[in-house]
Amino acid sequence: MRAGRRAPGRVAVHLLLWGYAAVALLPLAVMLLNSLRPTSEIFTAPLGLPLSPTLRSYARVWTEASFSTYFLNSLIVTCGAVLLGTAVSATAAYALARYDFPGNRLLGAYLLAGLMLPIRLGLVPIFYLMDSLGLIDSLLGLTLLYAASGVPFCVFVLSAFYRSLPAELDEAARIDGAGEFRIFGQIMLPLVRPALASVMLFQFVPLWHEFLYPLVLLRSDEKFTIPRGLSQFFGEYTTDWSALFAGLVLATAPLFVLFVLATKQIIAGLTAGMSK
Amino acid sequence: MVQAGELSTPRRSRTPRAAHAGGRSRHAPRWRVLAVFLLPAVLLYSVFIVYPLLSAFDYSFFEWRGIRQAGFAGLDNYRDLFGVYPYDRQLWRAFAHNALFFAGTMLIQNTVGLLFALLLFRYGRGKRFLQAAFTTPYLVDPLVVGYLWSLLLNPTFGPVNALLEAVGLDSWALPWLGDTRTALPVIIVVNAWQWVGFPMLLFSAALAGIPAEYHEAARVDGASAWQAFRRVTLPLLTPAIGVVSVLTFIGNFNAFGLVYAMAGSTGSPAGSTDVLGLLFYRVAFVEGGVEAIGRSSALAVLMFVFIFGVSLLATSYFRRRERMLV
Repeated sequence: MRAGRRAPGRVAVHLLLWGYAAVALLPLAVMLLNSLRPTSEIFTAPLGLPLSPTLRSYARVWTEASFSTYFLNSLIVTCGAVLLGTAVSATAAYALARYDFPGNRLLGAYLLAGLMLPIRLGLVPIFYLMDSLGLIDSLLGLTLLYAASGVPFCVFVLSAFYRSLPAELDEAARIDGAGEFRIFGQIMLPLVRPALASVMLFQFVPLWHEFLYPLVLLRSDEKFTIPRGLSQFFGEYTTDWSALFAGLVLATAPLFVLFVLATKQIIAGLTAGMSK
Repeated sequence: MVQAGELSTPRRSRTPRAAHAGGRSRHAPRWRVLAVFLLPAVLLYSVFIVYPLLSAFDYSFFEWRGIRQAGFAGLDNYRDLFGVYPYDRQLWRAFAHNALFFAGTMLIQNTVGLLFALLLFRYGRGKRFLQAAFTTPYLVDPLVVGYLWSLLLNPTFGPVNALLEAVGLDSWALPWLGDTRTALPVIIVVNAWQWVGFPMLLFSAALAGIPAEYHEAARVDGASAWQAFRRVTLPLLTPAIGVVSVLTFIGNFNAFGLVYAMAGSTGSPAGSTDVLGLLFYRVAFVEGGVEAIGRSSALAVLMFVFIFGVSLLATSYFRRRERMLV
């Protein structure tokens, strides 16, 4: 009786879960497949498959719609900001976690407060700040802003990692006569490398996607990042659907590649850190 | 922030020395060393984050003529938001849409996320694949998701309506994003499509933390599957439900990219999808006029106070519920 009631229930569960997996993945598959079909084909057969796939739309989007420029700009701004933000946080978190000085607690709370504050609240003042610094429509301005926005999170995570390192490590090095910068660079920093990798990845994704700040701070086409360029492009290529789909794929592909490459690295890093 | 907790706890709990290292034995270096370590981060953070945030409060209490500060205005900018056309209407409308967005997301995304977590809990082969499939959309930029779905839902060339017509549901082939009645619900569903993997993962982790004896005890006592869920599992999920609710609230009230991509900066059609994020952007940079700085700053401060205040209240509410469990 019980087993009899369970069997159809289990079939329903399988159907629901695998059915939803299709719902989750199909739109992305349609995006990819339609980018390989000419627009005329998409319009006449919205549900068709790419019978003679072509990369022509990608070529058009990459050069004509200047996605190559957007791509490079996004790469410069995001990588620059992640590296700068992580670098300054790695040193600050170290000082907060391992050094004794008056105001340590207060400074730590000051830096961590940013975790709870929405940086959008400062959008208008940031606009005028950038204006007065001559950093409107500038990749440098965006990089500095992004790097600063990563500081609270990085300091939060990294100082926890520094704190977990045994005190004997730097004490022994100090007795051996190593300077503070050497202790940091050659002993401490290598030990938190797994945390550095995770922290960099977690910063990368939201910065790669950030749209509001580029919308407000960037003016000219040759400075646009991918999301900003995409919004421009969707206004200009409204009827060229093949190109629109190709643009969406190009905007999405880097993160998929990054995640496929990085997931293993991060899991390896985390487990290495735990088994010490 | 969730990730941060996950990252730091395993290491800390494994090294009992951690607390000791943070104590008296710490080194006190010279000021010059400290400055080299601390100044870059403190400067960067103070100039580009703290100073603008404090300025936003300051700006909101002044009268503005373009970019010139004209004089102390007290609460005038705040009053204008509620009393001057068109903000008096748009503010409440946008707020109502955000509230609906939140309610709809809790109802659809988080309930479905919990359901998937429960169904996957003891699922055999394919569990990993299913989890990965459900979470894949949240790797995609919300802006890309918005543009993608606006193409998919296009009434003439979109595959969604073509599919509905192909299976005989012609009457369901609606202009989804062009109708004031369907546009906001569609945006809520698309948003849920993107994020459903997130509550699922959090609930899965919470379920894995419930001791198996509890379920067995419930079964031995003769509880039905529903009773066991209602009386045992659900109360024990309170902390996870709290985290998911608060993060959903914060996310929904800050919505921008997805709505911008699907409905433009005005929340078309006819403002039926306008949300606070879009309104703020318009007041500040599109249609604010000479009063833009003061009014948009006032709106930013109001949004911050509301989102932060509600999040704090909700967090303490869920903490109390948690304590009642023990």
